[in-house]
Amino acid sequence: MLSVTAFLIISIIKTLAVIGILLTAVAYSVWLERKVSAHIQNRWGPTRVGPFGLLQPLADGVKFIFKEDLTQPHVYKPLYIAAPMIALVFAITSIAVIPFGNFVYIGPWGTYLQITDMNIGLLIVLGITSMGVYGVALAGWSSNNKYALLGGLRASAQMISYEVSLGLSLVGVIIMSGSLSLRTIVEAQGGRFWYFIPRWNIFHGQTLAFFIYLISAYAETNRTPFDLPEAESELVAGYHTEYSAMKFAMFFMAEYANMVTVACIATLLFLGGWNGPIFHPPLLQAVMPVVWFCLKVFFFMFLYVWVRWTLPRFRYDQLMAFGWKVLLPLSIANIVYTALVVAWRA
Amino acid sequence: MAGAVNLLVQSHPINSALSLIVVMASLAAEYLLLGAEFVAAVQVIVYAGAIMVLFLITIMLLNAGKEVRSKGSHVATLLGVPGVTIGALLVGWTLVGRSSTTQLVSIGALWGDPKSIARLLFHDFLLPFEVTSVLILIAIMGAVVLASRPEAIARDPRKDQ
Amino acid sequence: MEIPLSYYLVLSGILFTCGVLGFLIKRNIITIFMSIELMLNGVNLSFVAYAAHWHALSGQVFVFFVMVVAAAESAVGLAIIIAVYRTRETLNVDQVNLLKL
Repeated sequence: MLSVTAFLIISIIKTLAVIGILLTAVAYSVWLERKVSAHIQNRWGPTRVGPFGLLQPLADGVKFIFKEDLTQPHVYKPLYIAAPMIALVFAITSIAVIPFGNFVYIGPWGTYLQITDMNIGLLIVLGITSMGVYGVALAGWSSNNKYALLGGLRASAQMISYEVSLGLSLVGVIIMSGSLSLRTIVEAQGGRFWYFIPRWNIFHGQTLAFFIYLISAYAETNRTPFDLPEAESELVAGYHTEYSAMKFAMFFMAEYANMVTVACIATLLFLGGWNGPIFHPPLLQAVMPVVWFCLKVFFFMFLYVWVRWTLPRFRYDQLMAFGWKVLLPLSIANIVYTALVVAWRA
Repeated sequence: MAGAVNLLVQSHPINSALSLIVVMASLAAEYLLLGAEFVAAVQVIVYAGAIMVLFLITIMLLNAGKEVRSKGSHVATLLGVPGVTIGALLVGWTLVGRSSTTQLVSIGALWGDPKSIARLLFHDFLLPFEVTSVLILIAIMGAVVLASRPEAIARDPRKDQ
Repeated sequence: MEIPLSYYLVLSGILFTCGVLGFLIKRNIITIFMSIELMLNGVNLSFVAYAAHWHALSGQVFVFFVMVVAAAESAVGLAIIIAVYRTRETLNVDQVNLLKL
């Protein structure tokens, strides 16, 4: 076992590395979105700032820092400043329980590629998602602006409605894996059946749960086709109407960090996490799981952007009706079906 | 505890709601210290994440402003605060005076894992579980009926012709 | 590290007392409702403390039931508050003193 100081130093290194990678991923998901949306719309997207426009997020970051930070006199100051920070903090925190790969050895020390492995890891992610509603609601309220308030209320009502089917769709996976710990769920998806189909949960019976999860997650992160709260043509800009420069950038980053979290959870629970063909050389054996994980997360981010620029927007009452009348019964049916199958097999 | 006192002191309901959220989050941390990790997670998800959002949404919808102190409120404060405090001190003194409550509780004995709680919940406490699910169903129906507009459930007189 | 049980009980008592005080002092219906939730939370804390003290897991199970009841009651209570607001146009408890509008 590691001594306390070694454990502490390794944890700090892991935390810094993960947060650094997460923030870079958030910045480059903006680039991904602009490029992919551009190619879908038959245009180029950012091409000037560096090769393929790869330095564009840097330019955007610099722009946000230098933009004038307006603070209107009629807002409720404490909450106005705190709301984007709340949103960002809760968006980044859930990366703490997400495992990226197996046990690795660096010299004499070994550690899991995960900041901390709690045996209720999935519940923690759900809890942090629930707390993320506050950033939106408080932003709408503190802006002292009726459009912002309406946008904030709509967004928070949408988010808490789809949280229910989000959580329930994951119960099927939990029944099949028998644990709430994210690492155990991924390890239960190792191996193959029929010799070439991997034993991922999406092929192993949770296909319906996968789609329910995906749709609920799109609604939870306020992305199209459920992005009515922040749609430009609807409510000016919804709950972040009154925000400029750095605070708006924080909301922006919080949204993309939420997307990354959702992509990570979907990868871990449905697509088998870091399981994939592992080649023989020992260096590759340590690195390949992480590579597979990143590829799958990238696939989900691409899917997010693809869906955004392909589908039209839902109207708000259609959105709520869909969440409560269609997704909720379907996810409960999925739970019942999974429980019956697991009990019959045992 | 600071959050609880803040709830009393603040005059705007939004501030009270926020301090209550702080109370619940810190209670979740306390539950973790006591080894009840599942209860802590559920406290965050259900209480701090859903019920308080409901409170917040209601406060925002009804546009609650700062409180107005009336005569009844002043009387209640003058009589209530000393009375309740004395009563609470009596109860607390009685509780602390007994020797069994100075026993020590160790921190970090994480044993409230979901499996054992589920075993208890579905074997020994099955009847209360089912009864509470019926209770929630009734509460949902009641809330929907109570909060809907009166003309939505009143019969439309033109339809009867 | 060991913490005496009475500390948890005293904290639970303080939370409960604050809830009762809020219930008596405050004039806004919603704040009164939040004091009720505070009381329920204080009770939850003492449940969990005793569950840890006696190593009886049923204390934690009972916390669930309390939470469920609190959730149901807050949903219905907030609906009642909305209905009262629609008819009386005020959230001040002192002004909701007519049995019939």
